[in-house]
Amino acid sequence: MSAIRKITGMNSALVLAAALLIAGAPSALAASSEADFKTAYAAAEAANKEAASLRNQWTTTAAALAAAKKAADAGDFDQAVASSKEAEALAKASIYQATSEKEAWKALEIR
Amino acid sequence: MGGEVNVRSAIHLASAALLLAALSFGAAQSAVAADTPDPVADAKAFQKYFTEKFPKVKLQDFVNGPYSMNEDMHRQWEEKEQFPPYDFSLDLGKEMFSKPFKNGKSYADCFPNQGIGIRQNYPYFDEKEGKVVTLELALNRCREANGEAPFSYLKDEMAALTAYMAFTSRGKPLDIKIPNDPRALEAYQNGKRYFYTRRGQLNFSCASCHVQSPGERIRAEVLAPALGILNAMPIYRSEWGGMGTISRRFTTCNSQIRGVPLEPQSDEYRDLEYYLSYVSNGLPISGPGARP
Repeated sequence: MSAIRKITGMNSALVLAAALLIAGAPSALAASSEADFKTAYAAAEAANKEAASLRNQWTTTAAALAAAKKAADAGDFDQAVASSKEAEALAKASIYQATSEKEAWKALEIR
Repeated sequence: MGGEVNVRSAIHLASAALLLAALSFGAAQSAVAADTPDPVADAKAFQKYFTEKFPKVKLQDFVNGPYSMNEDMHRQWEEKEQFPPYDFSLDLGKEMFSKPFKNGKSYADCFPNQGIGIRQNYPYFDEKEGKVVTLELALNRCREANGEAPFSYLKDEMAALTAYMAFTSRGKPLDIKIPNDPRALEAYQNGKRYFYTRRGQLNFSCASCHVQSPGERIRAEVLAPALGILNAMPIYRSEWGGMGTISRRFTTCNSQIRGVPLEPQSDEYRDLEYYLSYVSNGLPISGPGARP
C-alpha cells in the first residue's frame, strides 16, 4: 500500500514537473531578437579574445562564431544566439585549458 | 615544577617549529631544483625514454620516423627511397640556391661555409637578437636583406631551399648549442613547455602523440617518435600531396587537434624547434624525407 502511494506520489511529481516544463516552454521558444544576438556574440568574442591573449584559441570557437554570424545575416536569430553561446562556451573552455596547463604540462615531461 | 614543564614544552615547540622550517626550506629548495632547466639531463632522459621504449630500434634510426617503428613500413621506405618523391623539390632547391638575386648576391653570401653542410647547426640562439633563429627564418631574412620578397614558410620554395640545405648535411649529427645566456635557457624552457602543453579542443599536446604513442596508429597513419622528428625535415608527405617545412608540420599539428595555429616562425614555434632539436642532438640529419 505504502509502495503504491510512493509510486503515485512520484507520478504526481513527474506530472507537475512536466506541467512546469510545458508552462515554461513558450518563454524558451520565444524568438531571439537581433539585440539578443549582439549581446551573445559580443560575450563570445570577448572570451575568444581572451583565449587569443593566452595564445590558445580553438578552431571550433571560430567555426561557431562564423555560424552565428551566418545565421544572423540570414535573420535566424535563434540559431545565431545558440551558436554564439556555443562559441562562448568553447572559448571559455580554451581559457580554462590554457590556465590549468600553466602548471599541468609538467606532468607529461620525460624526466 | 610547573615552570619546568612549561620550559620543556616551550623547547619542544621551538624544536618542532625549527624542524618544520627546515623541512619546508628543503622542499622549497628541491622544488627550485626541479624547475631549473637542465638541457643536458633532459636530452639524456629524452633519448633514454625512446631507446627503452623501442629497444630494437637503433638510436640513429629514429630519424626515419614511422619507418623506424615497423618492419613492413621500413621495407616500403627502402623501395620508395630508390625514386624519392622529394627529388623534384631537391633539384629545384639546388637550382634556386645557386641562382643569384637581382643584386648579384646569393644565398651563399648569407650563411657560414656558403650554406653548404650547415643544416645541423640550426636552429641557433642569436645572442644579439636574444631569440632563436631557424633555418627557414634565416633564409627569408637573407632574401629580404637582398631586396627579395620573402617566401611562404610552409611549402614550395621554402621547402625546396631547406631540402637542398638538409641534403648537403645528410649524415651530420644535429649539433644545437645553448650558449651561456639566461635568455637562451628561457627559450629552451619555453619550447619545452610548448611541447608538453595540451591545447586545442582535442586536448592534445605534441607529446600526447609523439611521446606517449609513437608507433601507434592514428587512423591509417603511424605516429612518429619525437626523437629525431626534425632531422628528416623538410618532408614530402603523401597526405599533403607535396612538400612541407617544419613550419607546416607545427601549424598542421595544431589545427589537427582543433587549435588555431600560431603564425609561422612565431616565438613559440621557434622555441619549440630549439627544444625539439636540442633533445635530438647527435642524431644524423636525414632530410629531405618522405612520409606517408
